[in-house]
Amino acid sequence: MNRATGAVALLTGVGFGFGLAYSTMTHPEVILDFLRWRDLGLLLVLGGAVAVTTPAYQLLPRLLRRPVLAGTFGKHHAIMSRHTIGGAALFGVGWGVGGVCPGPAIAGLGAGNWPVLIALGSMFLGAYVQGRLASRPLFSAAQKEKNP
Amino acid sequence: MIDDWFPNGAAHYLIGGMLIGAAVSFAFLMSGLVTGMSTVFSAVWSYVSRRSFFQQDRFTSSRRWRLTLAVGLVLGGLLFVVTGGSTFQTHVRWWQLAIGGFIAGFGARMSNGCTSGHGICGLASFQLPSLAAVLTFLVTAMITARIVALIGGV
Repeated sequence: MNRATGAVALLTGVGFGFGLAYSTMTHPEVILDFLRWRDLGLLLVLGGAVAVTTPAYQLLPRLLRRPVLAGTFGKHHAIMSRHTIGGAALFGVGWGVGGVCPGPAIAGLGAGNWPVLIALGSMFLGAYVQGRLASRPLFSAAQKEKNP
Repeated sequence: MIDDWFPNGAAHYLIGGMLIGAAVSFAFLMSGLVTGMSTVFSAVWSYVSRRSFFQQDRFTSSRRWRLTLAVGLVLGGLLFVVTGGSTFQTHVRWWQLAIGGFIAGFGARMSNGCTSGHGICGLASFQLPSLAAVLTFLVTAMITARIVALIGGV
């Protein structure tokens, strides 16, 4: 990582985290209210983010040969597989239990929401167990090839 | 009718979401980075675990900027409070945070994406598997959240 990438990542994080806090996505209660159909605000957050990001992702690679400070535009590669869908189903269960997902948990920490440290620690643990299972020969052959 | 759907107002949701989109677009414009958040967990484990899954190039080559992004996220939350936003501590029960965090962490990494990776980056790249993932986790989360309310969760 060169200095430029680091600076961009840091600034991106600040904007991302501020947006998450401003939209109250850092409050697990607001997420749970959305999931129980009491307040549909999360749809506006997701919709607003996707509405701004879609033209950027679709047009920039056509307008520019390369990003301003780097060699190539990255790509989000998702593959239709039982890992993608099964993992998403599990992720949803976890999200529904605590109202916490990775971005808002990390940003919430900065906004003083200390109790989410429990969720963050558990997420790290969950990611470790997943990676350990995926390191087994049979499992990894399937998952590594499919997630380039 | 609109007030029923958005009892806490709608503007802060939309503005916050567009800010998030602007940040994600900025990373892409400047450095070509696709900024899903959950990958940071596997990327951080690549520093300490020799297991083959964690030592994949996609984690080891991105872990520094992903960790930097996460630090920025914390600073962004702090900036919100410093500039007059209200601080907040959740009353969600500890067992909800512990169990929910573990399953969400496991699932997001198995799925290779979470609300930001599949939800924002995947949808904005017109990735059908991401759309399928988003619809799947919305359904399982809505069912789970109702069950959790029944058994004493916040």
